[in-house]
Amino acid sequence: MQFIISGILVGTAYAVLAIGFCLIWGAARIVYLTYTAFYMLTAYFFYVLCTLIGLNIFLAALLSIIISTLIGIATYRLCIERIRGHETIVILVSIALAFFFEEGIRSIFGSLFRRVPPFISGYQELLGVRVLNQYILAFGVNLALIIGLWLFLSKSKIGLAIRATSQDREIVSLMGISEKKVSAVAVTLGIGLGTVSSVMVAPIYVVEPAMWVPPIAMVLAIVVLGGLGSLKGSLIAAYILGFSECAVVSYLPIGTFVKGAVALLVMIVILFLRPEGMFGVNFEEERL
Amino acid sequence: MTKRIVMIVVSLWVFSLITIGLTGEAKSQTGKSIKIGVLSPMKFIDGFNLWRGAEMASDEINKAGGVRVAGVKKPIELIKIDTNEELSVTDAVMAAEKSITVDKVDFLIGMRRSEAALAMQEIVMKYKKVLIGVGALHPQQCTRVAEDYNKYKYYFLIAPNSANVGKVLLYHLEDVSKRVREELALEKAKLAILAEKIIWADPVVKAVETNAARIGFEVVGVWRPSSMGTDVTAELSAIKATGAHVIFQVASGPMGITLAKQWGELRIPATLVGGSSEAISRHYWEATGGYGAYTTAMTSFLRVKITDKTIPFWDAYVKRYNDFPTNTAGTYDAIYVLKEGIERAGTIDSDAVVSELEKTDYVGITGRIKFYARDHAFPHNVVFGPGFITWVVSQFSEGGKIGCIWPHGWEGVTYEGSEGYKIPPWVVEYWKKRK
Repeated sequence: MQFIISGILVGTAYAVLAIGFCLIWGAARIVYLTYTAFYMLTAYFFYVLCTLIGLNIFLAALLSIIISTLIGIATYRLCIERIRGHETIVILVSIALAFFFEEGIRSIFGSLFRRVPPFISGYQELLGVRVLNQYILAFGVNLALIIGLWLFLSKSKIGLAIRATSQDREIVSLMGISEKKVSAVAVTLGIGLGTVSSVMVAPIYVVEPAMWVPPIAMVLAIVVLGGLGSLKGSLIAAYILGFSECAVVSYLPIGTFVKGAVALLVMIVILFLRPEGMFGVNFEEERL
Repeated sequence: MTKRIVMIVVSLWVFSLITIGLTGEAKSQTGKSIKIGVLSPMKFIDGFNLWRGAEMASDEINKAGGVRVAGVKKPIELIKIDTNEELSVTDAVMAAEKSITVDKVDFLIGMRRSEAALAMQEIVMKYKKVLIGVGALHPQQCTRVAEDYNKYKYYFLIAPNSANVGKVLLYHLEDVSKRVREELALEKAKLAILAEKIIWADPVVKAVETNAARIGFEVVGVWRPSSMGTDVTAELSAIKATGAHVIFQVASGPMGITLAKQWGELRIPATLVGGSSEAISRHYWEATGGYGAYTTAMTSFLRVKITDKTIPFWDAYVKRYNDFPTNTAGTYDAIYVLKEGIERAGTIDSDAVVSELEKTDYVGITGRIKFYARDHAFPHNVVFGPGFITWVVSQFSEGGKIGCIWPHGWEGVTYEGSEGYKIPPWVVEYWKKRK
């Protein structure tokens, strides 16, 4: 039971991050590796506003999400948008930007581990397993984000435009939709998902400058496993890798340090069987 | 007019001669400074403790006139060398080499992470510079001295190596075992080992596994998460499911803080003991949000009377930095040991200083410091045991007060001011309800 509950919680947390990344890839067609650096920046803004300045926790969370998302958009517009057509350059620039943010934060705050308070402290016992209230809240918020995003992409005009852009950018342009603007909206949405995820999980973890590294590795594994650009694939892959990690902790405790590697191994095995990922499609086909 | 000009020029010349003479004499009295490089990951807790300990010692020595070398008092000039070793071994090696080739240091002290320390040791030995290790505890640093004395003789380790530190943890664990079995009326207590996958933790884990049965434990599992792990709720759930009464942790990265925070908030019904190097500072208390209460940690000294110097140093440190010192502030002792070695040698020549350091018998803040001889298994490592360096174990209580809980009668050693181990109340309550 412990394995199942942990797997669901971890998988859901991964899913939101991966879906945000996937959304950016699908619409803007960029591998935006700076993505989880905004997740890290959000945690630091949350720390400064809530712990240091002492703002109300909800206001601090909201401001952190807004500020980080704005920085994310500005970074995209200033550094990435103009080189969007050059995939390799985008990868290099985005990873350099992530390190820039990490080092910037390190030079301001040092490498000390910081704490932000939980929205709800304490725990609940679910079927004999103790789960932090904050984890339950994060699960609920993450689930709501996934459902909300699904509805947004299915029902709203801009959501349909994002899906259309993901399917065929040229046709979308011919139909009078600004592919550039739609991509910018998708990037904003994607980064926004990452920042909300950050304020939810930062109280569970520790806040530190390198906290963006483990999630980006996992996010990449998830989106590749799910099939590049497939939100449904990312969702399922997130749970597969989340459960894989928890299985290692439960059944191979001595190898807990390789739980991430085992999750990546699962990815490799599945890619051997299905190289395009579980829900991978050709660019001409529908991907969202 | 010409006569007046000549008079002025002559006066200026005489004045300048006198001035140069005086300053020259002053310089000959104080001499050129002795450059000591502090190798440290400066942005980390243990890193800035390495620096602070050295800074306090050098300030005191310089205030008293400096280090007397062949009758001349020379001030200490500390050089800050940020090794970034927690994140990059390559950075550490480059920083160590630069300190010798560019900064021209005479001596080196510090280091924190064994993986990096082993690499830095190689570089420093190549340049035949005396290096006193303080925070990186892997025994290989000293076994190298045994294997190739001529190459590695410039290295000294002023803290017990991890094999001896493992013993401290075992003794502490034995105390915990007795206490838990008495309080919970158990014949054998269940032990879960949760140790980061770091090089110095390996011998500790092995020692605990080997000795667990002897000290009244049944090991229910060994978890080895990554040192950079940020979530251990799955591990804690798995441990709780095993029915463990005690969790023995070895941590030095962010995992130590996450573990204490999540363990305390989840009220896991198993005591959390062991060696998180973070669990000594005030920062740890703040970062865990107070959930670090009842966790234990091993360190080189606490505010107890290990020697007459310990409590005054502790108080001076807290006053100056508004924090509790961690074990790496033992650079304070390292500087004094080095000072005495240099003064006895009467030179800063490495070989002469090594010969004198081998004769060290100095009472510092961490205890009486002597080094094992060349024929010992760990030459140039500080002597470990009662009457020498023992290290201590701390425990945070509710409210953030830090106390000493070990040694508490071990080999007849109880430092004035120490107290016994306290089991978290929710652990006692949980197990008593299940009876």
